[in-house]
Amino acid sequence: MWNRTLISKEISGCGISGIIHKKGKLISGEVIIKSICCQEERGNGLGAGFAAYGIYPGMENFYTLHVMAENSYALELVEELLAHQTFLNYQEPIPTRKVKTIKNPPLFKRYFVRPKFEGELTEICDELAEDNYIVKLVMEINTKIEGAYVISSGKNMGVFKGVGFPDEIAEFFRIEEYKAFIWTGHNRFPTNTPGWWGGAHPFTILDWSIVHNGEISSYGTNKRYLELFGYKCTLLTDTEVVAYILDLLIRRHGLPLKVACLALAPPFWMEIDEMSEERELLTAIRIIYGSAMLNGPFAILFAYNGGLVGLNDRVKLRPLVAAEKGDLVYMASEEAAIRAICPDPDKVWAPKAGEPVIVELEPNTIPNQRSYLKGRPREEDENELRVKCAYTPLFASK
Amino acid sequence: MNLELNVHTLHYSQVNRILRKAIEEGKVNFKLYGVNGHRYLAAGISKKVKIEIYGTPGLDLGAFMKGPEIIVYGNSQDGAGNTMDDGKIVIHGMGGDVIGYGMRGGKIHLYSDAGYRVGIHMKAYMDKVPVIIIGGKAGDFLGEYMAGGIIILLGMFSRYPEKPIAGLFLGTGMHGGAIYIRGKVKESFLGAGLKPYPLTSEDEKLLETHLKEYCEDFNLNLSEIFKADFIKIIPYTHRPYGKLYAY
Repeated sequence: MWNRTLISKEISGCGISGIIHKKGKLISGEVIIKSICCQEERGNGLGAGFAAYGIYPGMENFYTLHVMAENSYALELVEELLAHQTFLNYQEPIPTRKVKTIKNPPLFKRYFVRPKFEGELTEICDELAEDNYIVKLVMEINTKIEGAYVISSGKNMGVFKGVGFPDEIAEFFRIEEYKAFIWTGHNRFPTNTPGWWGGAHPFTILDWSIVHNGEISSYGTNKRYLELFGYKCTLLTDTEVVAYILDLLIRRHGLPLKVACLALAPPFWMEIDEMSEERELLTAIRIIYGSAMLNGPFAILFAYNGGLVGLNDRVKLRPLVAAEKGDLVYMASEEAAIRAICPDPDKVWAPKAGEPVIVELEPNTIPNQRSYLKGRPREEDENELRVKCAYTPLFASK
Repeated sequence: MNLELNVHTLHYSQVNRILRKAIEEGKVNFKLYGVNGHRYLAAGISKKVKIEIYGTPGLDLGAFMKGPEIIVYGNSQDGAGNTMDDGKIVIHGMGGDVIGYGMRGGKIHLYSDAGYRVGIHMKAYMDKVPVIIIGGKAGDFLGEYMAGGIIILLGMFSRYPEKPIAGLFLGTGMHGGAIYIRGKVKESFLGAGLKPYPLTSEDEKLLETHLKEYCEDFNLNLSEIFKADFIKIIPYTHRPYGKLYAY
């Protein structure tokens, strides 16, 4: 069913939309469906998806693996691996509906797990080590188990995606039945590789999820850079690298969110030359994270357990509009997609190219809330990076 | 001969079909309510009709049109006035990116800010001189590859107090036409081969004519606009890129 020999990227022009409630109030899935369907012309029926945060209350402390599988044998292999490597709390098929236009969908199942450390590490339960463990597990499933992919792996969040128009995918996954405090949605128009279930957006790792309109021309450079840190790009779509870069720069290297965005979409050298105080910092970012820079046109929305961020490439080759109404913040490809769900926003603006729109929940709003406005203190990160991120450098191929 | 219509539940192709049919039948005044993301409104229409739009029209508003007057009570999305030939678009809010792309005639009056790449590839011939007036600020690449026409940037009615009046790469590749700016721009932001000049008396006359009409559209005071000095940005040689590929 899935042609895995095509190891290339795709170019696409898509529609994106995102909502966040700063006080953590839950928003029905119907809202994001309405917004993304308003941009129907931006897609061509070859991919759509949603990311939702806050959908598994009561299960907040378990990593939820959404697994997409070609057949039940692949699922069995996944389950065998999970039995060895995790404490499995609960599992169930992801509820779906039959949709006429969706032919031969893959199997979808979700697993609520905790890492099972081996030997002396068993007692450790710090967040960074647990997260790293899950990243490694996801990479292992994606690269080693034929026909199985983890499409999301964060706590209290999940991704639902596939081949179809947004309304079809929403109906298939019963999106309107979920309630979340952050939603992102995507409507895909792939032009370079076949639209396949794994290639739909959002792309995720842990609780990072990315929806993207555009094309990451630097995919090759980014992919090779990420491989040095144990990330394997298996989903045949350029956007995947963005999820892993964010995980690397922000969660593992501990960069503040703004600095990480500067690494992804740095100012031009001609602008840096005119800076005074920030010149040194920007020069350092461009030199150290040159391989993490995203080239090409993009408008992305990325979310995590605690925030939603919108970012454009530095010359704004893709549209992005933002709006605010009370505690709600909206971002989308088109203003109409926002007005479809919020007809009279307090404020509408077009974010500046390369400057992130960062919206975080108010402090202590949800369990396991993450905030990346500030970087991680230094003493922590160096040891974490040295000792616990000992990834097997290269996985054996499948 | 009027038509009022709430298009909220209609697809843009239906709306355009209704518009075209009504224009065929001789209707000249239109009011569209509930517009949200409807694409290509009035695209390619070459009759002198007046269309008032309430809401946020979608991409390529009035693309290729030749004659209609469109008034938008709201913001416009990207590509308004794409390759338009004649007529006028008045936008009472902010505009999206690539407004007036390849415009070859007619006018676009924008009350507030414009996005990126506004007026790129504009051109002029004989009496066909397209005009874009922006009341707010503009993003990068304003007037890129401009070959003719007039862009007037006021920077007055902006929602971005922190931004400079125009972005980077202003007029990159420009080899014709003129960009008038109320205020100053960093010369390092200008494309190669461009220079700011003070206004001549002819420029002043031209500005007055265009801005008078602009003020009427938005009920503004012309003398307020002339309280600050303008500069004119044009290429300083006849063919700034004439030798680019000839070595």
